[in-house]
Amino acid sequence: MHGYLLFVARRALLMLAVIFAGVSLTFLVTHLSPINPVEAALGRMTARSVSNPEAIVAMRAALTELYGVEAPIWSQYINFWTRLVQGDLGPSLLAFPTPAMTLVMRAMPWTVTLLTVATLITFVIGNLMGGLAGYNQNNKFLKAFGIVAIAIQPVPYYIVAFVLLIIFGFLWPVLPISGGFAMNVTPGMNWPYVSSVLQHAILPAMSLVLVGFGGWFLGMRALVSNVVTEDYVTYAELAGVQRSTIVGGYVMRNALVPQLTALAMALGGVFSGTVITEQVFNYPGLGSLLIDAVNAGDYSLVLAVSTVSVTAVAIAIFIVDLLHPLLDPRIRAE
Amino acid sequence: MFAVFRDLIRYNIEFAIGLMLVSVVVIFASLSFFSPVDPSLIYTTIPDQPPSWQYWFGTNSRGQDMFWQLSTALRNSLTFGIIVAVISRVISITVGLLSGYVGGWVDRGLMFVNDIFVAVPIFPVLVLFYFVLRNNMDSLTLALIMACFGWPFDARLIRSVALGLKHREFTRHAVFAGMSTRKVLLEEHLPYVMPIVFATFMNNMLWSIGLEVTLAVLGFTNINNPTIGTVLYWANSHSAMVVGVWWWIVIPVILIVMTFIGLFLLAMSMNEYIDPRSRLRRMGA
Amino acid sequence: MTEDLLKVDGLKAYYQMNYFGIEREVRAVDDITMTIRKNEIYGIAGESSSGKTSFIKVLAAAIRPPMRIIAGSVKYDFKGLSVDVADASPEQIEAIRWRHLSYIMQGSMSVLNPVRRIGKTFEDFAMRPLGLSGAAYRERVLNHLERLKLRPDVLRAYPHELSGGMRQRVTIGLATVCHPEFVIADEPTTALDVVVQKEVLGLIREIQQDMGSSVVFVTHDMSVHANMTDRVGIIYAGRLVEEGPTRQMFFAPKHPYTAHLVASLPRIGDTTQRPALEGRPPSLANPPSGCRFHPRCPLAIDKCKAEVPPLMTVANDHRSACWRWQDVEPLVAPQKAVMA
Repeated sequence: MHGYLLFVARRALLMLAVIFAGVSLTFLVTHLSPINPVEAALGRMTARSVSNPEAIVAMRAALTELYGVEAPIWSQYINFWTRLVQGDLGPSLLAFPTPAMTLVMRAMPWTVTLLTVATLITFVIGNLMGGLAGYNQNNKFLKAFGIVAIAIQPVPYYIVAFVLLIIFGFLWPVLPISGGFAMNVTPGMNWPYVSSVLQHAILPAMSLVLVGFGGWFLGMRALVSNVVTEDYVTYAELAGVQRSTIVGGYVMRNALVPQLTALAMALGGVFSGTVITEQVFNYPGLGSLLIDAVNAGDYSLVLAVSTVSVTAVAIAIFIVDLLHPLLDPRIRAE
Repeated sequence: MFAVFRDLIRYNIEFAIGLMLVSVVVIFASLSFFSPVDPSLIYTTIPDQPPSWQYWFGTNSRGQDMFWQLSTALRNSLTFGIIVAVISRVISITVGLLSGYVGGWVDRGLMFVNDIFVAVPIFPVLVLFYFVLRNNMDSLTLALIMACFGWPFDARLIRSVALGLKHREFTRHAVFAGMSTRKVLLEEHLPYVMPIVFATFMNNMLWSIGLEVTLAVLGFTNINNPTIGTVLYWANSHSAMVVGVWWWIVIPVILIVMTFIGLFLLAMSMNEYIDPRSRLRRMGA
Repeated sequence: MTEDLLKVDGLKAYYQMNYFGIEREVRAVDDITMTIRKNEIYGIAGESSSGKTSFIKVLAAAIRPPMRIIAGSVKYDFKGLSVDVADASPEQIEAIRWRHLSYIMQGSMSVLNPVRRIGKTFEDFAMRPLGLSGAAYRERVLNHLERLKLRPDVLRAYPHELSGGMRQRVTIGLATVCHPEFVIADEPTTALDVVVQKEVLGLIREIQQDMGSSVVFVTHDMSVHANMTDRVGIIYAGRLVEEGPTRQMFFAPKHPYTAHLVASLPRIGDTTQRPALEGRPPSLANPPSGCRFHPRCPLAIDKCKAEVPPLMTVANDHRSACWRWQDVEPLVAPQKAVMA
């Protein structure tokens, strides 16, 4: 038990370090900007619509106070952290005066669900098929699967999403290609809403699964091919242990251990992929929010999305790390 | 060395296909050195012409010959990928070898930094950079930033190899003979690590070009610099699919997919060849 | 006359490989004929890459491509249940596995699944062949563990939590819990220190006497053969070159190779220098013509290079594959103390 607690503490420390580093990085990057964010923001706002002078003055005051651009950089940094911890990063320009954090929190569930569901499906099915392919090297069906995986795996998320968009948007329009749910349903716990949400989630999820699947499949297949040559597998086969037990408890279980580590390392990339895919399908998650924010020059919103992204990924990695000792008893003892 | 290549081409179909695809792409890209038109100019030819004998890949709505446009775009994308890969290889080799060999606090510190870089999702950070630098972000800056994120995975791989090498006889001999750490790493350990470096080089290229394409399509890079991504960006902003100028989208996508699959097959087959266990498996099993 | 448990007849098993256009055939087991009787410990000796591991893999029905049985038969006879491994269906082999034929593997750490508790591993291996479940099964396993001097809570442990000696005893227990008639022990004491070695050997002998099974004991360590086995077979370059009762083999070897092997055992107080064998074991992909030992043999004549010597009966129950077996003398005077 002692070993386990130590393990958890170490990973938690890493998580905090990641959040700290990532968020500081976003702070540094934004303050690298040669542009004065206040003026830039004001410029964009007024270019869009005519505002009366008092509003502009009030905006300028609010923004200056918010960004604190007059104070020296370290005080801005502390200010930034204080506000962040309170969850307040200022109003979003896009939806003024809604706080940026509110918008982010509204978009989070969409991204988190899409990410979790897609990752689970990809990980489970990819590893399962890859494991079977590694064990039954001569199975034609699995070999064909492997070739398809190889073909799709290296293609960037955006391209796959794009191709799906073209196929289902222009060639065979059976699935909705935009938005999180249809316009004519009211949000809530009713079936039309839920079914609409599910329908709209299919294409983004499919896009993510198609890209991610190949990696897990190929990785697991290679791992299993190696595990199969291990002494304990040979011995079990020699002893006539039931095939399903060997495949499950001896081969897959051991091969999954490094895959779990790989999952933790891949989450950063998967998150990026989700964000990109959302943009293609106009899915109301963090991705679309980010792009819109960048295009509108919405400083607070961009900052909010970045910091939340870094934090969310760090927490997700931590959770995956916690699963490790469950799978590998040798870690529990360390 | 050539015997290895010849064997690979003859007996490893993945390598053969990969090499073929990559060669086609590279040849096509190098044609851009002989381009009769300056690819950064627009409205040099009749717009929206479908592929024909005069315009092999057609022309786009901006009045550019797609053939030469794509050739230059490919060249720029590939160069970008190579630059990122080279810089990040240098970093990952240095960190990996040093970390594995020296051990102790150096190792722990470097790996800690490594894990941080692995965990931070790169896309929001890149978008942030674009947001801040806007049009000041040219290809080279982007390449540098991406190189800073592209080394952690491979540094760990190289580190594990270095850990194994540390305890080998020849390392001990070298140290006894008074070789400095730098010399040991460069002259003794580096050759062992090269095969991994080669395979990860191509993976890294895939990753960086993929990310560049993604950013460009969203308009988050210097869109006047022709790369595969920016070509798609312009196609989108002119609503190419809707208008019916399908070749503006389909041909670049095909080229991208060819490049990626080619690079990937090369990397994968090289990996398999290097690993002796997978070689054994191919032997009449 | 005791019945034969295993009859091997003209067995040939080769590795056939085809890689990058190069074909290669390694003749790991090249025409072996021998029998193993009930209730005996039969030792198989030979140096590394002599083909002895490949041979016992065939016996254990554990070979897979690129290794294949080219010719011959491997017939087991378990109380009326006859199976020819070279020819049997997978179902037939499954029926004898573990229940009648088991295997103690080399290397105790790596044969146990690191992510599975010992008890679960026991279930995987033994439940089906024993045909028991619930309380009857548990009782059987616990009794067996007691015999091996292992505590019952070993079943709840993971392999990495046990010491090397304990793990080896667990492996032996795993192989013998079903009381099989035929046990193949593949270098079970290599890489163990002498104290543990003595313990393990004692355990194997006890269990063998208890169960009345036959044990095929493979090791390159001649002193273990001297200590444990009833008969010894010497394998060189994929062929059986001599076979006979252990005592006789040590006191009066009838093959030059055996003479050298036996002479390699050090004796207290004996300071005579031993002549080493020249050369090295041949490549099994390209073995020498005729008798495979002739390039290194001090007694070699032209006939040895030209014709393959068959296994000839040279004494009671003693066979040798050497044209000049009559001229073979022990290299050092055998010491009675060795055979304690």
